[in-house]
Amino acid sequence: MNITLKVWRQNGADDKGRIVEYKMSDISPDMSFLEMMDVLNEELITKGDDPVAFDHDCREGICGMCSMYINGEPHGPEDLITTCQLHMRSFKDGDTIYVEPFRAAAFPVIKDLVVDRTAFDAIIQVGGYVSVNTSGNTQDANSLPVPKADADKAFDAATCIGCGACVATCKNSSAMLFTAAKISHLALLPQGKVEAQERALNMVEKMDELGFGNCTNTGDCEVQCPKGISLENIALMNREFLGASLKSEK
Amino acid sequence: MKDLFDNIPDGPLADKWTKYKAEAKLVNPSNRRNIDIIVVGTGLAGGAAAASLGEMGFNVKAFCFQDSPRRAHSIAAQGGINAAKNYQNDGDSTYRLFYDTIKGGDYRSREANVYRLAEVSANIIDQCVAQGVPFAREYGGLLDNRSFGGVQVQRTFYAKGQTGQQLLIGAYQALSRQIHKGTVTMYNRHEMMEIVKIDGKARGIIARNLITGAVERHSAHAVVVASGGYGNVFFLSTNAMGSNVTAAWKSYKSGAHFANSCYVQIHPTCIPVTGDHQSKLTLMSESLRNDGRIWVPKKKEDSQAIAKGEKTALDIAEDDRDYYLERRYPAFGNLVPRDVASRAAKERCDAGFGVNKTGQAVFLDFADAIARFGKDGVEARYGNLFQMYEKITAENPYEMPMKIYPAIHYTMGGVWVDYNLQTAVPGLFAAGEANFSDHGANRLGASALMQGLADGYFVLPYTISNYLADDIRTGAISTEHTEFEQAEKNVQDRLDFFMNNKGTKTVDYFHKKLGKVMWEKCGMARNKQGLEEAIVEIKAIRDEFWKDVKIPGVQNSFNQELEKAGRVADFIELGDLMCRDALNREESCGGHFREEHRTEEGEAMRNDDDYAYVAAWKYKGDNETPELHKEDLKFENIELKQRSYK
Ligand SMILES: Cc1cc2nc3c(=O)[nH]c(=O)nc-3n(C[C@H](O)[C@H](O)[C@H](O)COP(=O)(O)OP(=O)(O)OC[C@H]3O[C@@H](n4cnc5c(N)ncnc54)[C@H](O)[C@@H]3O)c2cc1C
Ligand code: SF4
Ligand code: FES
Repeated sequence: MNITLKVWRQNGADDKGRIVEYKMSDISPDMSFLEMMDVLNEELITKGDDPVAFDHDCREGICGMCSMYINGEPHGPEDLITTCQLHMRSFKDGDTIYVEPFRAAAFPVIKDLVVDRTAFDAIIQVGGYVSVNTSGNTQDANSLPVPKADADKAFDAATCIGCGACVATCKNSSAMLFTAAKISHLALLPQGKVEAQERALNMVEKMDELGFGNCTNTGDCEVQCPKGISLENIALMNREFLGASLKSEK
Repeated sequence: MKDLFDNIPDGPLADKWTKYKAEAKLVNPSNRRNIDIIVVGTGLAGGAAAASLGEMGFNVKAFCFQDSPRRAHSIAAQGGINAAKNYQNDGDSTYRLFYDTIKGGDYRSREANVYRLAEVSANIIDQCVAQGVPFAREYGGLLDNRSFGGVQVQRTFYAKGQTGQQLLIGAYQALSRQIHKGTVTMYNRHEMMEIVKIDGKARGIIARNLITGAVERHSAHAVVVASGGYGNVFFLSTNAMGSNVTAAWKSYKSGAHFANSCYVQIHPTCIPVTGDHQSKLTLMSESLRNDGRIWVPKKKEDSQAIAKGEKTALDIAEDDRDYYLERRYPAFGNLVPRDVASRAAKERCDAGFGVNKTGQAVFLDFADAIARFGKDGVEARYGNLFQMYEKITAENPYEMPMKIYPAIHYTMGGVWVDYNLQTAVPGLFAAGEANFSDHGANRLGASALMQGLADGYFVLPYTISNYLADDIRTGAISTEHTEFEQAEKNVQDRLDFFMNNKGTKTVDYFHKKLGKVMWEKCGMARNKQGLEEAIVEIKAIRDEFWKDVKIPGVQNSFNQELEKAGRVADFIELGDLMCRDALNREESCGGHFREEHRTEEGEAMRNDDDYAYVAAWKYKGDNETPELHKEDLKFENIELKQRSYK
């Protein structure tokens, strides 16, 4: 198939950036979207041009490294997948495809389609963990049964891959879904319950400080999340946050 | 050669680690913050080590090339992690896990290391649960287990098909906590490019900041390399695109040995190659073999008709199907270890029974499982894997058997280490997939995650402290030493070379070419002639690479081609060593199959009299032949037997 690509090119954070058009021919529908980008880059390098920079690593939808805003949607048109899992069979011969970086004030562009998402790490660092040290004497794993329903819910929240699609799609660039996923993952388990309120308080505070916007419940994040992280997590987080705020006002 | 000291403590096998821990030297808590430790790699092994060493109060600097430690390749592990908990009361024990690992490794690993691994395995599960890792549970709230290829007990803990993700997030969280406390400084998007040795000891690294391109000096009292495996030497593998050998290879070039590099694991259940554009291969979890049945048609005409699209699997009558694993290995059937399953698939496809266009695919069929458990039952177990398969292939595996083929998956070989996980260079340690230590010639499923976390959480904290106890008076290591200057210059020269080379071919061109030679001549089956040819061909690729590689852009900026160039340069050198190692090993064992050495039935034939040793190679110079050093393996607790899964 033949495809016209309109790709965002930006040479570093200080460059203004622009859309550049590339014509691609002989694209196999079996190729993944990133393999198509590989082909483009091989052509650009051979011609002596600068290849398009984009983040990727696992290429199987689990590391969260790939990003890209494709035709106005993070991770492209299909539901519940990442960009690396998108295949060219999702497009038609003759299509024009716009490829842009994830945009958010808290995710500055490094180059072309590569953005800096370390703000997510900063949110985790202020409390996204259970405060337990490594030791050879931790209590036996089965000494504390966890209801299967809770464990399963915690797991669902914990499958967030930290890709940032939720932020990129949100008109407020809110990191609520990402933050809530971690807070609920841990709050749902007895091991994480102890610190749940303090954790929520610290992580939400950090999120605000880093320049992520407010949540106005538009729900776009849930729709675009490649892992189907549910909005319910935000409700659960608000509960922990409220509990913590009430306490800290005393 | 007398420079390979395994440093295994005396005493009975089961007491060695306890004794070691009791006698290990310690660093006083107030001295720890004055001691710097560099950890290269923050996957399960490096992430766990950095977090634990930080908790102890050491001053840790951790490096990874991704934008966050949460993205290390460990995240992609699907199936599970082993531990000798015996929660299922099916006769599991530390000894049995030890025994299974030695046997599964085809008697080519070190007893003492493997025993320690089995011993600490139970602690790993306790630790991870305490961190909030959401393992699968039964309705009663207790942890669930599954069984994995090559063993007869249920000792695998899992979190749906995302076990690696959940374990890595656990280690990442522990690491994040230490970053917040200031005991760990994290260097994301940094690539380690050289080891710095001062007075023979590892004292730092040179790293490139991948955003700015700056070449940086970092000093420490000890360096841990936990940079993962080298499967990408084959270009196509199940590894992440960035997985590379550079950190391990620089360790080798700085005086550590590289051991058993020919032991490569081929995973039997991956999605087959579709075309030249292919950039990586996707694994379908081994757990699928618990309920899926593997077959090809009995008649070649049927295979050909399927390949041409004239027939489908559903058109082949039950009597015309060859369930070749069940036929050849009635005791283990579809659950034989990975090397056995992979070679059997290759054997059928080479004989002309493959079932896709390339002739390199076999069926993995769930029809019986669906009949037994219903579609819902199968979906509950494997839903996410089926979904993944459908996304990639656009075929529905509930209706049509999956097509699978073996692919490069894991590398058992790696940097040689002693019982302390220390290399031959004092102060340089290697952990996780980057070292060679625990899996012998073949790794059992769900044992890599176990080893990575064992090394990082439970072994290195003791052995590094023991080493550093002598360093409390050393004081901070200055980066002004001439050794730093020299190492930095080496890195700089290489970068300059790449940027100034007026070549015509991309890095991937060379990587693909290397991968093809490796897959064909040093892959699932090897022979003397092929390996000798490969060595000549790799030399030619190397010469052409340095003459004709083309790197766009500039050095002092984000430049992904420049990153790849350095990695591929190292892969080319490694490819040569792998072929030499495979050529030297005149036997078939585990992941190393020499066509000259097989039984009449075509099974692998080990040679314990001449090859029960670790082949550790020492670097002698860029154009010199590396030197073979042998560490003899002593089996005092296990009797060597021919592996049989019949
Ligand atoms: C698809 C797949 C599924 C698997 N499933 C299972 C399973 O179910 N069970 C199991 O036990 N095992 C499984 N394995 C194997 C297992 O995942 C790996 O062996 C293990 O995770 C390796 O961990 P590691 O910490 O050694 O390395 P990795 O997780 O690969 O981490 C390497 C780290 O090193 C860093 N790094 C590398 N080079 C440099 C450099 N030069 N400079 C700076 N940093 C560097 C990287 O950034 C990364 O942080 C699977 C493997 C694959 C490919
Ligand atoms: S919540 Fe979803 S979209 Fe947001 S970072 Fe996590 S996986 Fe990505
Ligand atoms: S590259 Fe890992 S999720 Fe896409």
